[in-house]
Amino acid sequence: MWCELGQGNFFDEFQMEGVAADHNEIYLELTPENLSRALKTAQNAKTVKIKLTNKHCPCLTVAVELPSLSSSSRIVTHDIPVGVIPRKLWTDFREPTVPDFDVSIYLPVLKTMKSVVERMKNISNHVVIEANLKGEMNLKIETDLVCITTHFKDLGNPLWASEDASQDRDSENMAEARIDIKKLLQFLAGQQVNPTKALCNIVHNRIVHFILLHEDVSLQYFIPALS
Amino acid sequence: MKCLVTGGNVRVLGKAAHSLSRIGDELYLEPLENGLSLRTVNASRSAFACFLFAPLFFQHYQAARPPQAQPPRCKVLMKSFLSVFRSPVALEKTVERCCIALSPESSRLVIQLHCKHGVTKTHNLSFQECESLQAIFDPAQCPNLLRAPARVLVEAVAPFSPALSEVTLGVSPGRRVVFRSYLEEDTDATKAMMTEMSLNEEEFQQLEAQEGASITFCLKEFRGLLSFAESANLPLNIHFDVPGRPAIFTIEDSLLDGHFVLATLSEPDLCSQEPSRPGQGAHSTMHLDDFANDDIDSYMIAMETTVCEGAAVAPCTPSPLSEEEEAEPSVVPGTPPLKKFRSLFFGSVLAPTEPPCEPNPVLAEDSDGEG
Repeated sequence: MWCELGQGNFFDEFQMEGVAADHNEIYLELTPENLSRALKTAQNAKTVKIKLTNKHCPCLTVAVELPSLSSSSRIVTHDIPVGVIPRKLWTDFREPTVPDFDVSIYLPVLKTMKSVVERMKNISNHVVIEANLKGEMNLKIETDLVCITTHFKDLGNPLWASEDASQDRDSENMAEARIDIKKLLQFLAGQQVNPTKALCNIVHNRIVHFILLHEDVSLQYFIPALS
Repeated sequence: MKCLVTGGNVRVLGKAAHSLSRIGDELYLEPLENGLSLRTVNASRSAFACFLFAPLFFQHYQAARPPQAQPPRCKVLMKSFLSVFRSPVALEKTVERCCIALSPESSRLVIQLHCKHGVTKTHNLSFQECESLQAIFDPAQCPNLLRAPARVLVEAVAPFSPALSEVTLGVSPGRRVVFRSYLEEDTDATKAMMTEMSLNEEEFQQLEAQEGASITFCLKEFRGLLSFAESANLPLNIHFDVPGRPAIFTIEDSLLDGHFVLATLSEPDLCSQEPSRPGQGAHSTMHLDDFANDDIDSYMIAMETTVCEGAAVAPCTPSPLSEEEEAEPSVVPGTPPLKKFRSLFFGSVLAPTEPPCEPNPVLAEDSDGEG
């Protein structure tokens, strides 16, 4: 999963010095659950400060100032251990490029999609996502006893700058990929807010690429297809 | 023994049971002159909890049925007792009266819930006659005191993960009260998140402690009392002394009081003591070997054996050896790391210049262990 947040949209103050002038970036590795728990305590915070510190090991220190009835605020400090990733490994973490997809389609309302997939997960471990350039998408599961398909229509297909490949494509032709249903559900379950734009690119039998755009945040999720 | 609880107090009783269930697996019921006492102790004997409900808490309270002089004492499985009061919220909505009765002739503790629409639920719990479970502790002996509304303490421990075992509570320079997550020795410090919450002393109704005073205790067990205090909207007192001496958490109102006595970790240099390995024989001798200089008696709860009255029940207390097995990898949720707290609680070494003049608040060994 790849997520990007614009600093200006989130932070009043942002100071950073990367590894070198021409590589003004820092790559850190941490356990997401720690960060999520730390930020949960900040729900009603007056201020939140995030600093890279070096305590017993490199840490992301999240300092939350909470309101209190007394003359001075409550302060919660979380020290989240992080691993600093050496520059030579940065290429491993490059933003993945948008693959040469066969079909690109807007997603249905995420909540609906999630409740469908949630019911499907009890029946099968895999789901087939297929879509075409006529704005139709199907979610299919198949077991020995039963086949279930949910059809979505009139979803619309986004226009991409270079449409050469897909021009030749028969608009009714479905591109499909068979993916692990739990991974799809993890992705859908994680979405709390409706995005401004939500679309999905399918490379036939290779990969499904989801792109969600919110005002301040972009999210990309890649799920490889199973054979 | 017979008592009748009505109205909202049924829910209070249920919440007390939930609170005690965070500590131990067995619930001791002791009807006393001054009320019904519910007590429990955890497997490693590093936490003791009791609630005392005054006679006025009940619509009807009878400790002992004359001509019987001695009120019956018994212990039941915590799980069984808790199943009666499974959902305190539901209790409040449907239960009108709750009757708890125990007579030595009967082989069951009977709890009857008289609910709306003429429904009566009768629970027959098997019990064991037992000795009195007592801890000798005296909050007045503790020099440090912290008192706050339950709500403040709930908010203070909210940032900590529910999985966190121990927390350190202290007074920092500047008179701020600080809660900090405690990392066990064998935890990888480069992986574990550390959380600290600091509050102004003004948020506390009372703070009598020196700067630098601090104790480390089991957070999960503390949360047990905290949730009760929150639902009853009562302030909570924390009486504590030096690290190693147990801390006493209390709540009270006109109808009830609750005491949770929790072991605290000793100073770091004492922590590195090799913890006594379970299974090395009788409980008490193991501890005598490791902490030969301690006055074990002062660390013991006074256990009075009762005369088992006719009812054919299993031996009152398990043998020391079986207790060892029981005390092994503790499955009681909220019990702190077995080894550390056990050795601390029994061997919390006093400063040589300070022999215990008063019995110290610690949990007991059953008297059978003494031989």
